[in-house]
Amino acid sequence: MQYFVQQLINGLTLGSIYGLIAIGYTMVYGIIGMINFAHGDIFMVGAFTALIVFLVLGALFYSVPVVIALLVMMIVAMLLTSLYNWTIEKVAYRPLRGSFRLAPLITAIGMSIALSNFVQVTQGPRNKPIPPMVSQVYNINGISVSLKQIIIVLVTAALLALFWYLVNRTSLGRAQRACEQDRKMAALLGIDVDRTISITFIMGAALAAVAGTLFLMYYGVIAFSDGFTPGVKAFTAAVLGGIGSLPGAVLGGLMIGFIESMWSAYFSIDYKDVAAFSILAIVLIFLPSGILGRPEVEKV
Amino acid sequence: MAVTVSPESDVVASPVQRGLKEGFYAGAISLGLFVLFIGLKTGQNISNELVVTTRWGLLVAVVIATAVGRFLYVAYGQPFMANQKIADVATGLLPGSVASRFFQLPWFIAAVTAAVLLFVFNNSLAGWVGAEPAGYLQFLRALAIIYVLACVIYYFRAFIHANFTKLGIAALVLYPILVVAVLSLNAWSIVGGLQGSLKWVDNFGIQILIYVMLAWGLNIVVGLAGLLDLGYVAFYALGAYAYALLATQYGLSFWILLPAAGAMAALWGVLLGFPVLRLRGDYLAIVTLAFGEIIRLVLINWREVTNGSAGISGIPKVSFFGLMSFNVSDSNYIAKVLHIAQSGAYYKIFLYYLILGLCLLTAFVTIRLRRLPVGRAWEALREDEIACRSLGINTTTTKLTAFATGAMFGGFAGSFFAARQGFVSPESFVFLESAIILAIVVLGGMGSLVGIAVAAMVMIGGTEALRELDFLKQIFGPDFTPELYRMLLFGMAMVIVMLWKPRGFVGSREPTAFLKERRAVSSSFTKEGHG
Repeated sequence: MQYFVQQLINGLTLGSIYGLIAIGYTMVYGIIGMINFAHGDIFMVGAFTALIVFLVLGALFYSVPVVIALLVMMIVAMLLTSLYNWTIEKVAYRPLRGSFRLAPLITAIGMSIALSNFVQVTQGPRNKPIPPMVSQVYNINGISVSLKQIIIVLVTAALLALFWYLVNRTSLGRAQRACEQDRKMAALLGIDVDRTISITFIMGAALAAVAGTLFLMYYGVIAFSDGFTPGVKAFTAAVLGGIGSLPGAVLGGLMIGFIESMWSAYFSIDYKDVAAFSILAIVLIFLPSGILGRPEVEKV
Repeated sequence: MAVTVSPESDVVASPVQRGLKEGFYAGAISLGLFVLFIGLKTGQNISNELVVTTRWGLLVAVVIATAVGRFLYVAYGQPFMANQKIADVATGLLPGSVASRFFQLPWFIAAVTAAVLLFVFNNSLAGWVGAEPAGYLQFLRALAIIYVLACVIYYFRAFIHANFTKLGIAALVLYPILVVAVLSLNAWSIVGGLQGSLKWVDNFGIQILIYVMLAWGLNIVVGLAGLLDLGYVAFYALGAYAYALLATQYGLSFWILLPAAGAMAALWGVLLGFPVLRLRGDYLAIVTLAFGEIIRLVLINWREVTNGSAGISGIPKVSFFGLMSFNVSDSNYIAKVLHIAQSGAYYKIFLYYLILGLCLLTAFVTIRLRRLPVGRAWEALREDEIACRSLGINTTTTKLTAFATGAMFGGFAGSFFAARQGFVSPESFVFLESAIILAIVVLGGMGSLVGIAVAAMVMIGGTEALRELDFLKQIFGPDFTPELYRMLLFGMAMVIVMLWKPRGFVGSREPTAFLKERRAVSSSFTKEGHG
């Protein structure tokens, strides 16, 4: 039982990170119907920005309180990563918006390749380890919970609450939901569609940047190629939850996190990704639009 | 409530003014983007801790370059392009007047003379002017040759346009012979020419043709049937491992295993296709992606069979239908049978023709299948699945045949790849490969075989050519490695080509079924399928 709860906590941590990335996928998909393949690399750029900020802080100041360091890393990562995603949307996706469906998918893949190789070229191909920032571990009834995990879950929860408020209670969120339902009608009603889409990309990138910072804090290492696997897992999570649905993305992220930690704990750690992908395939066979996705009604 | 509309300013900003503004913005944005990534560099110090070093000079240079580039584009490039709207019909690439100004006879003659002179004195150049300028001169020679070829293509554009397929096949068939001939002349010996041809035939010829074949195979699934497959590399991997395992464990010949690998990949195509038939569009895409990853992860982790990440080495070579072998130690080694000098180039040239044959087989089968009921059903499925179903087409079998046929060609290409490399490992079958193949299909113009071949040549040939740019070291210093920039440029090229030609290189379709007359239609009219 203790072991199970322990795995549950590990899964929750992992799932929070996946959920944060998955929201970026699902929002972009919901509003313009494209798979933003570069999102995994946006996450990596976020983590790398946090790493560089961490090193700069270390070089400039003798000692910085961990809380302030984390906050600064997160905020700078959010700002710069948003700028990346905003630029990418403007350069690579917007000109193709009226074009056929695969065109933005290909530019997204191109951008993903370009981003990860840009980081490789400018920062070198090696793994970048940082000294552990937070190392306290609490022991409750034989279940060890590290402060890192608590931070991750709390930050995720706070961000999700903020995000839920933004989407459901502000005019910006209303504009987003309107664009999601019918872009032409939204434009006719005076919503600046381009701006709304830009903001969607910025929000997705900001969440991915937080996920990147948390990832860096949790694992203490990042490399230029680290965007792909979490990116694919988060995308899997988004599809599993029903792409286009925001609670679905979080639910899917948590599910993927649980599946992974349970599978590595009880079966084999080598096949944890195989398990996650297989369960995705099985779920989609029985629920073709994901768990919380609206079934597509096709009108002729 | 009174609504006041602020009047638009009457004076429309001149291009230069707009350019200044846009250039400033571009500079500011690139400053934001690059300040951490180019301005700072993370590196390890002696005690293996990460430290940051600064590169402000480079950052300033990049920011200024972005700003100036944007300024020039907005202030001069855009008005110029707007004035030259009428593109040259035949090339379809450059505006007509630019092309005719660019390709003029005196320049052509000058370029031919320069290329010939530099070729003739190639070997003595380094002695005369030193090694460093000789590198530049070789680059100049390459430019002259490219210019001459472009001129020839421009002058004969109508002829080339009309006979593109025949000319293309002839060029592909003659390519190794031409390479060997030119290099033999250059080195004044046939053995030297054969030796020098290795790189050209292998890195450029075979490498590009493998991608042509894969892209043509994927084209059946994506371009014809409209099913978005992001895990095509799985079938490539299955074919490669099928050949590698059966050949090393049981010593079976390539000619038996080629169809076997194809059949196995096709079987897996059906196995994958079956559960995902109900999925549409992006759900299908993610499941195929997951399938590709599952295959790769199983190849990594099933160490007893696949030897894990270490891969399988010592895969036997292909023989010339059992008559001649390409192993020097064999009694029927080709050089012994034909009484010619020993060289590794024979095998590469043979492989080149083998993959060319496989490619042409793929193209032939695709063209014929398109005219069969099943091919028409694929295209109907791509255009409208509901209409397709209401016309009584069995969408299940239609999708499955598309998956199986595409997978089969992937399997063929895979077993060829294993035979060519002599070594397979899961490293070769990552998602990036699927993405590259899909990009080639889309960049070529989905469904168009010629366009896909051109796209493969441009993208793969271009990235291979970047390996050859050693002279850049003389400009940027010895630390500069052009190879590092290969994939960065590849990714950017994907974006730029897509923005420039969203419908791919070949933007028109010849319908397979038509009323009265055959007429090419713009591909904007074809759909891309929803899964």
